[in-house]
Amino acid sequence: MIDSSRQANELADIQSRLIFVKVGLLMILVLLGLRLWQLQIRDGVYYQDLARDNRTRSIVLEPARGLLFDRHGELLANNIPSFQLYLSLEDVQDRDALLSKLPEYVDVNVQAISEKLATKRRRGRIKLKSGLTLKEAALIESHRIELPGVVIQPEYQRNYPLGTYASHVIGYVGEISESQLKDPEFLDVQAGRIIGQYGLERTLDSHLLGETGRKIIEVDAYGYPKRSLSTQAPLAGDDLYLTLDIRLQRLAEDLLGEEAGAIVALDPWNGDVLALASQPGFNPNDLSGGISTQAWEKLLKDSRHPLTNRAIQGQYPPGSTFKIVMAATLLETHTMSASDSLTCHGTFPFGKRVFRDWKRGGHGSVDLTKALAESCDVYFYKAGNQLGIDPIATYSRKFGLGAKTGIALSSEQSGLVPSTEWKKKNRGEPWYPGETISIAIGQGFLSVTPIQMAKVVSIVATNGRVVQPRLLKATRLRRTGNLKEEPSPATHQLSLSPTTFSKIKEGLAAVVTRGTAKRAQSAIVSIAGKTGTAQVVALKDDDDKSEVAKKHQDHAWFVAFAPVDQPKIAVAVIVEHAGHGGSAAAPLAKTLIEAYINAENTEHVDSL
Amino acid sequence: MNDNVNRRGLDTFDWCFLGIIAAIISIGILSIYSVTNSTSTTKFPIYLKQTTWMVVGALAFLVAAGVDYHKFTRFSYLLYGAGLILLIIVLISGKTSRGSQRWIPLGPFMMQPSEFIKIPLMLTLASYYGATSRKGWLRRLIIPALIVLPGFLLILKQPDLGSSLGFLAIFLVIVLTVGMKSKAFGFIVLAALMLFPFAWGGVWGSLHGYQQDRILSFVDPSSDTGGKGYHGLQSRIAIGSGQLVGKGLYGGTQTQFKFLPEGHTDFVFAVFAEEWGFLGSLVLLSLYVIVLLMGLEIAFNAKDITGSLLAVGVVAMLGFGIIVNIAMTSGLAPIVGIPLPLMSYGGSAMVVNLTALGLLLNVKRRRRSLL
Repeated sequence: MIDSSRQANELADIQSRLIFVKVGLLMILVLLGLRLWQLQIRDGVYYQDLARDNRTRSIVLEPARGLLFDRHGELLANNIPSFQLYLSLEDVQDRDALLSKLPEYVDVNVQAISEKLATKRRRGRIKLKSGLTLKEAALIESHRIELPGVVIQPEYQRNYPLGTYASHVIGYVGEISESQLKDPEFLDVQAGRIIGQYGLERTLDSHLLGETGRKIIEVDAYGYPKRSLSTQAPLAGDDLYLTLDIRLQRLAEDLLGEEAGAIVALDPWNGDVLALASQPGFNPNDLSGGISTQAWEKLLKDSRHPLTNRAIQGQYPPGSTFKIVMAATLLETHTMSASDSLTCHGTFPFGKRVFRDWKRGGHGSVDLTKALAESCDVYFYKAGNQLGIDPIATYSRKFGLGAKTGIALSSEQSGLVPSTEWKKKNRGEPWYPGETISIAIGQGFLSVTPIQMAKVVSIVATNGRVVQPRLLKATRLRRTGNLKEEPSPATHQLSLSPTTFSKIKEGLAAVVTRGTAKRAQSAIVSIAGKTGTAQVVALKDDDDKSEVAKKHQDHAWFVAFAPVDQPKIAVAVIVEHAGHGGSAAAPLAKTLIEAYINAENTEHVDSL
Repeated sequence: MNDNVNRRGLDTFDWCFLGIIAAIISIGILSIYSVTNSTSTTKFPIYLKQTTWMVVGALAFLVAAGVDYHKFTRFSYLLYGAGLILLIIVLISGKTSRGSQRWIPLGPFMMQPSEFIKIPLMLTLASYYGATSRKGWLRRLIIPALIVLPGFLLILKQPDLGSSLGFLAIFLVIVLTVGMKSKAFGFIVLAALMLFPFAWGGVWGSLHGYQQDRILSFVDPSSDTGGKGYHGLQSRIAIGSGQLVGKGLYGGTQTQFKFLPEGHTDFVFAVFAEEWGFLGSLVLLSLYVIVLLMGLEIAFNAKDITGSLLAVGVVAMLGFGIIVNIAMTSGLAPIVGIPLPLMSYGGSAMVVNLTALGLLLNVKRRRRSLL
C-alpha cells in the first residue's frame, strides 16, 4: 500500500495537469466547431451546388428529325425507333474497367470510344453505339450492375426507305465530329448530336434538325433514375418536300444501271430538279448508322468514286453538246446567218495541222440546221476560227457555263470556260488560235457539269429564261403545322433574239428526226436534243476504237428537251466511257422523257 | 478506504450525465434509421440492432458503475492478458472483412476484441500508476509502454490503424497526465523526431494499400472524385450542403441516394450534419463537450490516483474517437476508419463505450466525500 500523503501529493500533481488536458480538449473541439462553420455556413452554398450536381442529370431529348418527301409526297427519309447506347460520364468511376467489360456484352469499337474518352470532358454523355439489336439491349440491361454509367435510350434513327436511290441528293446523317464542333457553323449544336453530313441532309440541316428538349432527372449514386424533376419537350424538325419526282429519279438511276454517269432532269420553267441521278451510288442507311472505319475507307478508295455526285461534281468536256452554245454565239454575233452554208469535205486544215470531222468524207453542203443535226465538226471549226475564243467564252458564261448553278448541294463544281485572259492568268501563255478550234467542238480546256448542260438546254427550251435549279419545293413547319411553298425562284431573261432560239430549236429537233439522235425519236412526244461524244484521250486516226480500253473510251452525252413546242422537261445525260452520245445516251433521255410525259398526261386525266 | 461510498443514489450531475448519453445514442439511432430505413427490407433492421446493443450496453453500464472500480483494477492485469489472448485468436482465426482481420464470431454476433481490450488497458494503466512510485523514467514510461506495446502491435497487425491509434491515445493522455520531468519529456520528443523517418518508413510500408490511398487522398481529395478521395469529398459535400438548418430528417440527398458510403458507421456524423445543419451539429458537438468535461470533472474530483487516471483514460478514449471522427468526416484528418462513439453502428463499440462511461460514473460515485 502506498503512503497516503504521497498519494495526496501525486493526486494534486495530476489535478494540476488536468487543466492542460481540459484546455487542449476544448481548443480542439472549438477548432472542430469552426470547421463545421466553414463547411456549412461559409461554403454551404458551394456544397449545396455540389450535392445538387451529384444527384441531378440533365438529359438531352433528341427531337425527331424532319422527314423528306418527293414532290408527290412519297417518303424519302424518316426516323425509325432504335436503341442507342450511351455512357453517362458522371456515373463512371473506372473507365478502363468499363472498357474491358463492355465488349463482353456488345460489339463496340473500343478504340473509338477510348479516343472519345480521352477528351477531358467529365460531365454529359457520349454515344457508344447506335442501333442496338434487341438481344444486345436485353443483355446489357440484365448486366446493368456491372456496367455503371451505361445507359440504353430508345431513340429515333434515320432511315432511307429507298436505299441507294437519290442517295447523292438526300445524303446521310452522322454524329457531329470533333472538328465540326469547333466550327462556328455548329456553334449551337451539342456534342453527340446527329447532324446532316452530306447532300440535302447537310445543306438543309437547319430546317431538319429541330430543337432539343431537356429533362432533368434525379439519380442515385449508381446513376439509377429516381424521378423526373422537369421536362422540356423537344421540337421536331420541319418536314421538307423536294422537287424530285422519285419515279423519274428511280428510272434515271435504273437507266444508268451499272454504268458510271449522271442524269439531270429539270422543269425548264421554274428550275425544279425532277431527277438528279449519279451512278454509282451508295446506301445512306449504311453511313447513317455509324459506319466502321474499314467500310468507310473502302468507300473512299473505291475507284468508281460512289461518293462523288457526278451530276454536280463531274467536270467533263461537253463535246458536241457545246455546239448549242456555239450556234447561239454565231447567230448573236452575226458572224454567220442560219442560212449561210459551207461545204464540208471532212477536214479543216489549220496551219500545219488538219482538224478532222467525225465523219470521214464530210457532210457536203451544210447550213446551221444540218450542222446541228449531223453534228458537223468542220462547220463549227470554221465558225470557231472566225469567232475567236473570247466571244465564245462570253456566250458560254451567259448560258451559265463556268459558274456554279447554285443548287443547294455542297461541293458543286463550276467547270471551266477558257478565255485569253484566263490562259494568261493561269498558264502564263497567250491563247493560240488553234485552241479555239478544239473549243468549238466542246473539247480542249472546256469543261462542264451535267447540271450546267441541263441548264443550257433549259434556257434554249424556254427561249432564254434563266432560272436557278432548286431542290426544295415546300416546307411543313412543325411550329405551326402549315405547309409553306417555297417562293418561285428569281428568273431573268437572256437577251438573245427570239429567232436565235427558234433556229437552234429547229436544229435540235432535226437532231432527233433526221440527225445523230434518231434513236431518241419518240412516238408519243416530240423531242429536241443534241448528242455529244466527249473525248477522254486524243486518239490517232488509225486507232481502232473498239479495241481501246474502257477507261479511254469517250463519254456519251445527250441533252434534250420535250415537247418541242411547249417544253415541259429538260434533260442532260452523260454516260462515262460509253462511246457515242447518239447510241449510248440518247435512248436513255428518250425513255425518261416519255415516262415523264406519260405521267403528266395521266395526272392531267386524273385531275379532270 | 471504501467506507465513504456515496450511497445517496443518483444526484443531479448523474441524471444530467445519463440524460446526455441517452440523447447522443438516440440521435445516433435516428440517423442510422434515416440512412437505412429506405433501403432495408430485412426483418431486423440495423437501427433495431443498434437499439438492442444500446440495451446490452446499458446493462454493462450498470455493472461497470455499480461494482467498486477497485474490484476491477484488482483483476486488471488478468483482464488485459485475456484481451491480448483474444487479439491473438483474432490474428490466427478471426473473420476477415475488407482485407482486415478484426472479428471473432460469437454465435450470430461478431465481437471486435480491439474495442474490448481498451477497458482492461485503462484499468491496468490506472492501477499500475496507482500502486507504483513514479520515480525514474523507467517506471514512469518504459514499463507502461511495454504493457501497451503488445496490444498496440497486435491491433496494428490486423490491420486496424484507427483502433491502434485510439489505443495509443489512451496511453499517451494518461502518461501526459501522470507527468514527466521536462528533461525526460524533451528526450522522448527529440528521439521521436530523430526516429520519425525510420518509423515513417516502417509504418508506411506496413500499411495496406487502401490505408495508403486514404492518407494520400487526404492530401488532395479533389484530384480524383471517382477514386481515393471519394469518401472524403462526398462526406464534406454532405456536411456542407446541410448549411444552417439542414435538409430535415430523410432529406439528405447525399445519404438517401447513397453518394456517401458507410453512412451508418464511420460517416454517421455527416448524415446527421446534412439533415440537421450547423445548428444540429453544434448541439451534438456541445453534448459531446459536456460529457467530456464531466469526465474531466470526475477525474479532478476522484478519490485516488487510480480513479482519476481511470476517468482520464475514459475521456481520452471517447475524446479521441469524437475528435478524430469529426475531423475525418469534415476533411481535417485522413480517413482512418474510426467510428463516432455512441453514434456509429457497432455492437462492440457501443458496449465498450457504455462500459467506460459506467466506470466514469463509478469513479464519480466514490469520490472524496468532502465534495
